[in-house]
This record gives sequence, structure tokens and C-alpha cells, in this order.
Amino acid sequence: MILLDRVSKTYNRDIGPALDRISLHVEPKEFVIIIGASGAGKSTLLKLLTREEKPTSGKIIIGGIDYDKLPDKEIPLLRRKIGTVFQDFKLLPNKTVFENIAFALEIVGMSNHEIEHTVPRVLDIVGLKGKEKRMPYELSGGERQRVAIARAVVRQPKILIADEPTGNLDPKHAWDVIKVLEKINRYGTTVLLTTHNQEIVNRLKRRVITIKDGKIVSDRANAEYHP
Amino acid sequence: MTRWERFKRWLITIRRIIRSGCVNFVRNAWLSIAAMAVMLITLTIVLFSVIANATFSNTVQQITDKIDISVYLKDDVSQQATNKLVNDVKTLPNVKSVTYISKEQALTNYKAQNASNTDLLVAISQTDNPLPATLDIKPKDPNKIGDIKTYLDKPEIQSLQSDPTSYSGDRKEAVDKITHATSFMRKAGVIGVLVFAIISMLIIFNTIQMAIFNRRDELTIMRLLGASTSFIRGPFVVESVLYGIFAAIVSVVLLNGLFAVSSSTLQASSLGLLDINYANEYFAQHFWVFLTLQLMVGIFIGAASSIIATRRYLRFKSPK
Repeated sequence: MILLDRVSKTYNRDIGPALDRISLHVEPKEFVIIIGASGAGKSTLLKLLTREEKPTSGKIIIGGIDYDKLPDKEIPLLRRKIGTVFQDFKLLPNKTVFENIAFALEIVGMSNHEIEHTVPRVLDIVGLKGKEKRMPYELSGGERQRVAIARAVVRQPKILIADEPTGNLDPKHAWDVIKVLEKINRYGTTVLLTTHNQEIVNRLKRRVITIKDGKIVSDRANAEYHP
Repeated sequence: MTRWERFKRWLITIRRIIRSGCVNFVRNAWLSIAAMAVMLITLTIVLFSVIANATFSNTVQQITDKIDISVYLKDDVSQQATNKLVNDVKTLPNVKSVTYISKEQALTNYKAQNASNTDLLVAISQTDNPLPATLDIKPKDPNKIGDIKTYLDKPEIQSLQSDPTSYSGDRKEAVDKITHATSFMRKAGVIGVLVFAIISMLIIFNTIQMAIFNRRDELTIMRLLGASTSFIRGPFVVESVLYGIFAAIVSVVLLNGLFAVSSSTLQASSLGLLDINYANEYFAQHFWVFLTLQLMVGIFIGAASSIIATRRYLRFKSPK
């Protein structure tokens, strides 16, 4: 599903590489947690996957798409196949909950009828039924993140990338969000999650990849995290 | 996907872009009002300058039309010599028209002009007709009457004249000054309109850029969600075009009202060189032309500035 072959990314030659010859393979339907200190290279890795950044060297193939052969014009098409959740939610501030989620479907040209049918179902999955008409600023942090997840999964992507989705949330809301991610993984979506939260890692007991100074230092199944 | 399905999707997308632009227009009411106000002021000033310039030109035309040259002939000049003179003057390049006014005609005109002054009429009826026959010459360009003057100053022509040639009733100097001033101001008017138009376009452009700068996060979010360039940019263009349309309509309506009210209340109707009645008439005659032009300018500025302003936030990163 996801294949990285000796991928490096250097932002500034004087500082050194943010990612240093990373090789990684993720199977379909896997739930992978990526941990590491701030600045270790987690976010850079995810940005390479969504083609926000281009690698300095190395090969990336996701769902059969070779990033080297991907013209700029088709980047939007690639992003439609990957769901993304961010630490700062990135909801559209002037749109209601419903419109935020519907936007992901409008992009692909889905009809209004289908959208009206699909959005409530996803809102049900993330536990936000009845809040369709709220504006983002009327929601709590945890609710906003669940809207963001709903928006990321509404197109039923094969891959969901979540970059520290619990970073801004208190423990209770954080756990709500993680439970939603697990649910989505059970439906068959590959999930890539980065986090700082030791408790989450230890409770999930999934594959854990540790990144340090731009390199993968450990990659273990059913792992726990004790810094 | 069949062709029909693709066309249907395209149609849905276009409809969404327009709808979303309209929704943004309403939701960003304050920003919309600010942007429209700037555009409104600009369009109004430009249109006002255009009309003022036209009115001014008209006033200048009226003044220059009144500039003429009078040649007074001695009583003993024969009809033949007069005809020859008239024909010769007509062949001069800068002459628009030559009118011959006979002694009798001159007297009739004089009586008509002084109809209310009975003493003068009595006095003039008791003498022989003292008025000379006159040639009334209208120049094509009042700034270039030198040729005509040279011709009239020739000794053989001078000998036919009873009195010195009159340049617009001996006010040649004043007339000269007016014509000089007006031709300068006409040019200044055109340049002024152009400069104004350019400056105000820059201001509008800047306003729309600021509006989009405030919402750059939205643009990047849409980009991350996989929206295509046209789908992100479209609503912004629609919104800015709406500013243009509203501003154009309001500015035309506003000026229409302004001229209508001022031409009816200011019965004196002439403020310096700006003839309000003429301005109102000119505006009314060209109402649809102005409205169309204003709409075109408004739409163009709106669309162009939003396309350019969104460009920088829609670029994809290239490798370093």
C-alpha cells in the first residue's frame, strides 16, 4: 500500500537532512503509529506522502502511484485518494460542519443528492449527529477534530494520515478521537498516526515505528512505548 | 465515466463555484462592503472625470465657436471688389465660413439689437447709415488665425477697410488666452482621467489582494483536500466579479441621481466651466454605454485581481 525506498529530504544543506534514507513498507489495512520527538522528522514524512513536499532523493509509491511520475496537475487527484487529519484541524472557518464535510465530496463532483445521503452517515460514525449546522468555532476541540476526521474519511480513502490529531486535545477527547480512528481502520482503511502520547501508544498495541534524527531507529509490532 | 456523466459533473461543479462565490459574498459582508466601496469610489470618480471632460470640451467648443474676425469695408468699395474679397478669403486654408453683411443688413441688425433704446434709434434714423459693410470670418482653428491676419494686413486689402480689423470685438488677447488655456486643460483632463483610472485600479487590486491574503489558510486547506485550481479559485473570482457588478451599477445610479438633482436645482446651470445641464444631457444620452462600460471595467478588475492574488497560494512546491 505504502512503499518508501531510501527517501531523504533536506530543507537546508547547512542543517542536514530532515529525513535520512528512510525505507518503509505498510500493508493494506494496517494501523501504524509513528513516534519520535519534535523535529525528528515525523511531519516531514507525512508531508512527503501527501505530496506537500517533494523528496530530495528516493522513491515513494502509494497505492500504485509512483510520485516521480506524478505531474503537478494530478496532485489534487492523488490527495483525493488519501484522507488527512491535522493537529490544528484545518476546518474551513466560514463553513458549517455539514459544509466542511460536504466540501470534500463537492471537490470530486458528487451530486447534492448523494452528498445529503453520505454526510449524515459519516457524522454518525464520528458521533456528531445533530451538529450539522454548527460553525467550527461553536465546537469543542475534540468535536472539531472529529469533524476533520469525518471529512477525511467521507470519500472512503484507502489511506488515512493523521498528524498528531490528539496534540491539542485533553485525554478524554483524545481517546474519543483514537477510538474513531480504530473504527475506521476496522472498516478497512490503512491508518498512519503520529503521536507524542505514550498512553495512547501503549493502549493501542499496534505496529510502532520510532524516528530519531530523521532515521528509523525501531519498527516493532504490538509495541509499547517507554521513553 | 461516459461523456454525459462527465458533462453533468462539470455542470454541477460550475453551479457550485457560482453558488459558493455568492455565499462567500454574503458571509464576508463587511469585507464585501469595503471592497465594493473602494471600487464604487473609483468607478464613480473615473466616470465623473469622463463626463466632466466631455462637458469641459463642450464649453471650450462653445467659446471657440464665438471667436470670429470682422473686416469693416469702406463705403466706396464696389460690389465686384467685395465679391472678389469674399471669394479670396474663402480660399484661405483656416477659414470655416465667410458671411457678408451689407450696410443695410448691418443697420437692421443694429436696430434689432438696440430695440429697447428709443433715443438711439431716433438718433440713428436722423443720420445717413453710419455703419460699414462687414465681412464676418469664422476660423476653423481659432489658435491659428495668423494666416488670415497676414492676408488681411496686406496693403491692398488694408486699403479697402474703413476701420482696423476686429478680432472678436477687440478682445483678441482675451480670446487668445482662453483658447490657450482651454487646449491645455483639455489635454490635462485626458491625462487626469488616465492617471486616476490607473491609481484606482491599483487600489482596488490591493484591496482584493488583502481580502484574499486574509483567507489564505482557506486556500491552503482546500489545496490539501485535493481541490483543483479552478474549484478553489472560482468562488473567489465570482465574489470579486460581484463586487465589480454592484459597484458599477451603484456608481452609474449615483451619478445619474447627482446630475439629475443638480441640473434641476442649480438653475444657473453653469458652475465655472462645468455646464451641469450639458453634463446631465450627455450622461442621459450615453446612459447605457456608460453602464455597459462600467460593468465591463468592474468585472475585468474584479476577475483579474482575484486571479492574480490567488495564484501564489495555489502553487505546488517544487523540490529544493
